[in-house]
Amino acid sequence: MDLGILAQQVFNGVMLGVIYAMIAVGFSLFFGVLDVIKFSHGDVVTVGAFSSLGAVGIAGGLVALPPLLALGAGIAAAVAIGGLVGSLIGRFLILPLRQAPAVNLLLATLMAGTVLREAIRLGVPNGGNPKPFPALLPAGSIRIGSFSVGYDSIIILCAGLALVLATHLLISRSRMGLAIRAVAQDGEVARLAGVDFQRVVLGTFALGSALAAFAGCMLGLYYREINFNMGVLLGVIGFASAVVGGLGSLLGPIIGGFLFAGVQTLVVVVLPFSSAYKDVIAFAAVIVLIGLFPTGLIAERQSERV
Amino acid sequence: MSSFPTSAPSLSFMMRLQRFPRAVAAITVLVLLGGGALLIHSDSQVKVLGMLAAFLLVFALADRSAAGREIAAICGDYSRFSNALAMIAAVAIAIIFSGEHYTLLMLSTVALFATACIGLNIQLAFAGIVNFAGAAFFVIGSYTAGVLTSFPGLPTIAILAIGGLVTGALGLVLLLPVLRTRGHYAALVTMAFGLLLRTFLEVNDTLGGPQGMKIKGFSIFGIDFSRTNSIGPWDVSFYFPYAILSIVLFALAFTFASRLESSWIGVALDAVRSDETAASVFGLSIVRWKAVAFLLGNAIIGVAGAVYGMMNGFVTPNGAGLGESLLLLSIVVLGGLGNMWGAIVAAGIIIVLPEKLQAIQEYRLLIFAMLVLCILLFRPLGILPRPIRDFSRISDGREEGL
Repeated sequence: MDLGILAQQVFNGVMLGVIYAMIAVGFSLFFGVLDVIKFSHGDVVTVGAFSSLGAVGIAGGLVALPPLLALGAGIAAAVAIGGLVGSLIGRFLILPLRQAPAVNLLLATLMAGTVLREAIRLGVPNGGNPKPFPALLPAGSIRIGSFSVGYDSIIILCAGLALVLATHLLISRSRMGLAIRAVAQDGEVARLAGVDFQRVVLGTFALGSALAAFAGCMLGLYYREINFNMGVLLGVIGFASAVVGGLGSLLGPIIGGFLFAGVQTLVVVVLPFSSAYKDVIAFAAVIVLIGLFPTGLIAERQSERV
Repeated sequence: MSSFPTSAPSLSFMMRLQRFPRAVAAITVLVLLGGGALLIHSDSQVKVLGMLAAFLLVFALADRSAAGREIAAICGDYSRFSNALAMIAAVAIAIIFSGEHYTLLMLSTVALFATACIGLNIQLAFAGIVNFAGAAFFVIGSYTAGVLTSFPGLPTIAILAIGGLVTGALGLVLLLPVLRTRGHYAALVTMAFGLLLRTFLEVNDTLGGPQGMKIKGFSIFGIDFSRTNSIGPWDVSFYFPYAILSIVLFALAFTFASRLESSWIGVALDAVRSDETAASVFGLSIVRWKAVAFLLGNAIIGVAGAVYGMMNGFVTPNGAGLGESLLLLSIVVLGGLGNMWGAIVAAGIIIVLPEKLQAIQEYRLLIFAMLVLCILLFRPLGILPRPIRDFSRISDGREEGL
């Protein structure tokens, strides 16, 4: 096999891994603070992509912005709207239902995702069809032999890695992160210690959702096309990555995200003629891994109290 | 208390109700089924909305008033009578509309989806296993029927049985991860399986790829269901035999599940669901009962899927999507976990309404999602919550010694 093509595939795999990890981190954050799975998370990715597209379009229509400013507007809109949607879902759906059986909550958030998706499909003009995403990053590419990679891809990759790292630092070093970890460990004791429970929970939802919305923006910039139902598969992949990696820690979903992307890439590289099966094999791997490690690769630290 | 005197007439009304319990049960069942049939049959949107409003009104009355609760209790006491009557009434409805393709198609679809939901109920409401791949197992049943009907000479009734067996057997693949995991983790396993299956069916050409495959119709005693257009001197729609078959299938699944529920197996499953640790202390094998419920549930879903595929004449991978599985699960939760009458009411609402209200066709997913959200927020036990096991009602009859 040509080394250049191999390098290309590896680069694609790393890119996918970063995007999956960014989505998966959200799942792990929400699970940490409230022990819930928020399934509308995949559609928050779509919301992020569409709001940045909308912001770029509107801003570009009013004044002729240079691409970099337009990009800034797009990212700001994605992060703001994504975070807002995430904390609204947290406030009006997840907090009221957190005592309900797990199935009810799963179903409720899945339905909230459907509402978001349908709202985009019906609310955006011609929303049922794929939308082109403008190229806002500098063009040009680096070539080494048969391996070529665009500057835009490198920028996206670095931004993603930086954000994941920043989230990790935020959780492990900052005061807000301390509050989040306290709530995750024991909500009631955290409350006794003076942590504003609701604010921390909603803040966590905003943080996780903003990350997902940024991932949506990145996807748009990378693939140059967004679609109203792209969130469904991404949501499940993010969830799968988080669960396979282990919901208890922040490192777990990152490992899981890269693992999922790794399996997909491996199938494409090793079995180029049956690359259509990449999702089949990746999900089969998920099922096998869950069967082997029922609470993820980095197991949750918990003992059952009877 | 000013309300004291006003409650006296309703008390005597209730006593009058109790004097003719069978009549009360019969009238309730007939009114409900008749209403459902009119809903399925009516073609004007105003009528459909009117029916819906009437249903909500009656339902709210029955839910809030003492007399309504008493009627519900009477129907519960005479459940065998009510169920038998409901089955006869459903067949009668199919006979009345025997010439109407569309009405019969709706009727059979509701019955088959409700049957699949009984399978899901056994898993979710009895044993507490979350299955987000209901539609995938449904489609496995259809594909099995599609493959097997291409071999001539195999009796189709055997194909139904094999469809159930194959679906149950494929469920075995998931058994280990499902048994080892709980809650959210188990949900992921089934969800991943559904996506896996759908993608597999789409990219695999031997089973027809994205176009899916054709399925030959059901035939028994030399009658090919899909070519039937008359029975004796009467002209009937070719959906008529399928409607009868679906109703019979639902009745069988219903009887099976309610027998299961009231037997010691049902008690064991309830114990396993509500507290695994306590159940295992009492010597119940968690693994065994969860496995039984999961495989049985999938087998029932598979049989329903096989009949559905034969009725439609084709099956596509799209049917295995997450959205379809959610639809099935919504029916279960909307109807009330573990209540099989609830399953048929909810199936009726969720399947028939969007078909009838063409004006909202474009918005139907949105409205459907919001409806489920409202139910989950404001009536989390579903339209008809599962009644608590009430052994006192057994003992006031023959078995005083209990």
